[in-house]
Amino acid sequence: MNKEKLNIPKSIYGFGGALISISGILLLCSFLVGTFLNYIVSAQTLINSISAFFLLIGGYYISKAKPEIKWGGRLISISGLQALYIYISPSFTPDLIIYFPPIFLFFGGLIIRSVDNKFGLSGILISFSGLASLILLILPKIFAINSYPFFLYLYLIPIVLLIFAGFVSTCSEFKLFVSKYIFSIDHKWIGIQYGITSMIFLLFGFSLMMIMRYQLAYNMGTGELKDLISPDMYNALGAMHGTIMVFLGVVPMIVGAFGNYLVPLQVGAPDMAFPKLNMASYWVYFIGGIVMLASFFVPDALPAHSGWTSYVPLATLSSGSGQTFWLVGMIFLITSSLLGSVNILVTIIQLRVKGLTWMRLPFFVWTQLITSFLLLLAFPPLEAAGIFQLLDRVAGTHFFDPYSGGSVLLYQHLFWFLAHPEVYVLILPALGIVAEIISNNTRKPLWGYKPMVYSTIWLGFMSFIVWAHHMFLTGMGTTMSSFFMITTMIISVPSVVILSSLFLSLWGGSIRFNTPMLFALSFLPMFGIGGLTGLPLGLATADIHLHDTYYVIGHFHYVVAPGTIFAIFAGIYFWFPKITGKTMNETLGKIHFYGSLVAMNGIFMPMFLQGLAGVSRRLSNGGYDYAHAKEVLYLNEIMSICAFALFAFQLFFIVNFFWTLLRNRYDTEVDTNPWKSNTIEWTDTTSPPLGHGNFEVIPKVYRGAYEYSIEGHSKDYCPQTEES
Amino acid sequence: MDIEIPYNVEEREDTGLYNAKLGIWLFLASEIMLFGALFSTYIILRTGDTTWMTAVKGAHLNIPLATLNTAILILSSVTFVMSWVSLKLKDFSGFKKYMGITLLCSVLFLVIKFFEYKAKFDVGHYPSTHNFYAVYFTITGLHGIHIIGGIIVNAYLWLPGSKMWNTDPKRFTNRIEVAGLYWHFVDLVWIIVFPSIYLL
Repeated sequence: MNKEKLNIPKSIYGFGGALISISGILLLCSFLVGTFLNYIVSAQTLINSISAFFLLIGGYYISKAKPEIKWGGRLISISGLQALYIYISPSFTPDLIIYFPPIFLFFGGLIIRSVDNKFGLSGILISFSGLASLILLILPKIFAINSYPFFLYLYLIPIVLLIFAGFVSTCSEFKLFVSKYIFSIDHKWIGIQYGITSMIFLLFGFSLMMIMRYQLAYNMGTGELKDLISPDMYNALGAMHGTIMVFLGVVPMIVGAFGNYLVPLQVGAPDMAFPKLNMASYWVYFIGGIVMLASFFVPDALPAHSGWTSYVPLATLSSGSGQTFWLVGMIFLITSSLLGSVNILVTIIQLRVKGLTWMRLPFFVWTQLITSFLLLLAFPPLEAAGIFQLLDRVAGTHFFDPYSGGSVLLYQHLFWFLAHPEVYVLILPALGIVAEIISNNTRKPLWGYKPMVYSTIWLGFMSFIVWAHHMFLTGMGTTMSSFFMITTMIISVPSVVILSSLFLSLWGGSIRFNTPMLFALSFLPMFGIGGLTGLPLGLATADIHLHDTYYVIGHFHYVVAPGTIFAIFAGIYFWFPKITGKTMNETLGKIHFYGSLVAMNGIFMPMFLQGLAGVSRRLSNGGYDYAHAKEVLYLNEIMSICAFALFAFQLFFIVNFFWTLLRNRYDTEVDTNPWKSNTIEWTDTTSPPLGHGNFEVIPKVYRGAYEYSIEGHSKDYCPQTEES
Repeated sequence: MDIEIPYNVEEREDTGLYNAKLGIWLFLASEIMLFGALFSTYIILRTGDTTWMTAVKGAHLNIPLATLNTAILILSSVTFVMSWVSLKLKDFSGFKKYMGITLLCSVLFLVIKFFEYKAKFDVGHYPSTHNFYAVYFTITGLHGIHIIGGIIVNAYLWLPGSKMWNTDPKRFTNRIEVAGLYWHFVDLVWIIVFPSIYLL
């Protein structure tokens, strides 16, 4: 105990040092950007500001480490704050103020040096860094030294010193820090990494959409676009919204975060089958995401703007390098999902504990299994299509160029061969989450567990032979259309089986209406609306009218937004106590739920009306030029207001999330099974689970996952590991 | 690593597989979908383009060299099996020898491939020239990347990775088996590439 108390400040110091190192590394990046790509001034300012911010936080943590060096850390912090001010408002900066940050850095480092021997070296390095940058600032004022080209490179000296300062102070802690929090191989932490990253991407994708909604509601009324965004930019936002939401937001959240965190716990495994591969999968996803985001900052100003489908020939011919970024980013994301899906499959098949037979698996694990098969087998054709399109753009090939013997339809076939199974990747784990929550909160077994499992398998298989129902209007022929129309009607059967089973599971239950349950309950009708409105789209004749209208947008958003994303929220509220040991606030959660429910319907229900009237999607003025759209355009404003309201209600979630996380930090009284659940992750580990390895004793399973309210049993639940 | 993943080395009873073996089979399933998409593209473009056959006739793909390459790759697969068998028979020097031959063969394959590509570029046949060349370069190029990946892994297992033989021989043998499955797959892809692109 005593030893632990002594260790805490040291690690805080190490954390502060790491932040200062990061600050230095960012400055180095900024230097490289400024030297070699000197046209991106805004990017340089951005990186500099982030760097200053890291200095600010790093100083704060150092000041917390020991009372003697309190002021050293604070001075560094102030230095960071001033630098931040300088970078953010360069036009209002008085000349004198640019000398302050290095001076503060100098004295801050000196104080650390004078008091603490152990970290003395880092203090020396910090103060030298401050001194060197001060000299570099003053020197050109006195001598005309900056006319020499080598002078520029002298700026590297303080930067490198800063990097080493942080590194030296942390070298004892640094390795530990990196292996625990950055390159972690613990599936729980990787799951959290996935969760945080995809959460940020979801929020970012949502913001892009709000810009578009503003444009549709308020900037097209006169028929001429005011200056908010150009039509090209509108296209870019649309393409990136789709890509980010599907590939960087929802899939990493529902497979990467939920799958990673829960699957090993629910099958009783110490970790994923291949922990290092798991880490690689996250980092490849991260790089893919960065590449996608980078396309917003390319010099020719536009990210990919040919729709999230990147249809050829539009995408092949599209100007700028945004589309190329998109393709490279996609190849990274495909690699990541390949690694992740192999891992989940092997974990489920190989690492189930003794007694956990296939029909005792929680339904969530089943959905993850089928989802991983879909990811494994459906993504490679898109990889091939991506490589072809990349070669068409970069190497001048003609794969998709009909004038030189290529085939346009080929791209669509390859794309939808992925993108239809992708729909089930989005929805199956959501069904799994909802099934877990419904069974737990009705306190009774799932109605029809086995039919649900068989339906999932059937759904997974069928999803590979329905893809061309996205292409009825491409002229591929009526024979093809008939085939895909029939398979589409068939695939709706297992979906209905699963959804009906979930509805019937409610029958006769004593339902607990907590926040996760509310989200799970509302998922059912929302997904129902999404699914049923899909049927007319799957009929080749009805699709002639509805194809590429707002009806389509309404349909798939009902499936994914109030469908999958509600399931994600349900899952977060449900498993938050598992991950942190704290239950989220119910009142805030309920405000979040009811607000989101109303706002979601307010956004997407009018889209059906617009679509039935024939308004096309992807128009930057929302169809203002068309006579048939006139009657329904007034709906745009309602939808946009609802979209902003939806954002406002997410704030309740964000506040709830962080408030719960930071509250009761030292509370040791944790209810490990607050929902009184049966599955292994609640009954056989603590909340949060132990470190790497999950289980103190390897659990042994005796029964299925949903044995609630058994007659004659003392409790109303019966853990899977309880011997009968 | 402080934790032990079950069935990392020993087979699980009900599946009869250790983790990595199942993993590599799943990975190969994914690879089949990738090459399946590539070959489907080849079929669709070839059957849809009337100028295709003239391009093939003018292409002068070097069939003798490609035949030699096929033989080399098949030989490398055989020696790979021999190296694995050597480990099973506890003959470590045999493993070193056969794995060395495998690596030599795979490098030789790439060298021959390089001369083939160079001959095409010298007469001005680029991927942009005709879709036939686009398909030819894409499929053989991706296959070549798979060969390079195999060489990296095999070279690691041949030199620094082989230290594991002293500490955990069973696991090392498993690694060779898994790498071998991948290598046979790459070999198999070439056996389909050779007749369908060079001979047809």
